[in-house]
Amino acid sequence: MRTVSLEEAVAMIPDGASVMIGGFMGVGAPERLLDELVRQRKSNLYVIANDACVPGKGIGKLVDAGLITRMIASHIGLNPKAQQQMIANKMSIDLIPQGTLVERIRAGGCGLGGILTPTGVGTSVEQGKQKIEVAGKTYLLETALHADFALVHSFLADYQGNLQYALTARNFNPVMAMAADTVIVTAEHIVPVGVVAPDHVVTPGPLVDYLVANG
Amino acid sequence: MDAQTIIAKRVALELRSGMLVNLGIGIPTLVANYVPGDLKVFFQSENGLIGSGPIPEQGMEHPMLTDAGGRPISALPGACVFDSAMSFGLIRGGHVDMTVLGGLQVDGQGYLANWTIPGKMVPGMGGAMDLVSGAKRVVVAMQHTAKGKSKIVKKCNLPLTSARIVDLVVTDMAVIGFPGGKATLLETAPGVSVADVIANTEAELVVAAKVPEMAI
Repeated sequence: MRTVSLEEAVAMIPDGASVMIGGFMGVGAPERLLDELVRQRKSNLYVIANDACVPGKGIGKLVDAGLITRMIASHIGLNPKAQQQMIANKMSIDLIPQGTLVERIRAGGCGLGGILTPTGVGTSVEQGKQKIEVAGKTYLLETALHADFALVHSFLADYQGNLQYALTARNFNPVMAMAADTVIVTAEHIVPVGVVAPDHVVTPGPLVDYLVANG
Repeated sequence: MDAQTIIAKRVALELRSGMLVNLGIGIPTLVANYVPGDLKVFFQSENGLIGSGPIPEQGMEHPMLTDAGGRPISALPGACVFDSAMSFGLIRGGHVDMTVLGGLQVDGQGYLANWTIPGKMVPGMGGAMDLVSGAKRVVVAMQHTAKGKSKIVKKCNLPLTSARIVDLVVTDMAVIGFPGGKATLLETAPGVSVADVIANTEAELVVAAKVPEMAI
């Protein structure tokens, strides 16, 4: 794990990268990294995230700046700009069930090729997917998701990269921290090693590649 | 009583002590306002919380404590938080006793459509499909009609949320169940007659032998 400046962190992300972004309606989103992506005008991004947030907040900032060309999400209903860009074919968005989305990311981070889920059987979600019967019940085969980068926000981070989250700001963050080649983390507070008790560590330090310095 | 209050109060009668319940956005959220005082019900928020409480007073909001719509909520003593994989493991894994969701259409067999109007509204399904697939009991809370048209239709023409049939529909006019896969009128709202319900319902309704008024 290495501590880097905000500018350095985002400079590592090339145009066209696939990027998982933590947060749920912007809560627990790595806002500083998102601001810096906009400032450095990283374009053609392939974003994997729960939602498109709202204009001006969280991933909504990337949508506002027109930096996303492809997105996988479960919900974009509160971001009219994302819906407009989707309808105008400026951004391709795959909308998939939230439980399937998080489980595909989990699979990607855990060395699994995919998962079998009953969610979506008998709906438009099953189109083009393999159906597999196990013990008399039908499941969809949903493939694993992996990304070049995961942008994760935590409450506490120590200098070994051990992370602890706060309340509902946890959401997709720890799952995404498993599923990308390069994991970049921002934290509300960066603390000395030992401050986060072993029992309270949610994301183990060795998963984190870069911690963005505060201040 | 306005339509939303009737629906929320009637759905609240389905709550039992010790239940883990997930409330969707909109009318379902209001159900939490009518939990009988002696019931201990656990409310799950799909963004990673069990034990969500009322909307905090102004100035007491926490930016990292929100509901699935991103609005500030509170956490009751004994609340716990977890990541989204756990949250949907709870939902899909049959650990949620009851989910209350909004609806666009429910049909005569009990199929629900509640996530998209193709070409008009493409918000995404969020957690709805997982909830209907996995919760032990699915209750739909919605207005009986929209713009004068029945939302209880013969057959859903909007994309379905799940291949699973819902357990109960509570509207501002009626309570409808689906024993044997047939829409059955179980209760009427105060001041609403069986004939009123039938006149406002596109689907064919089986009328139970006795149709009491909602005890709200």
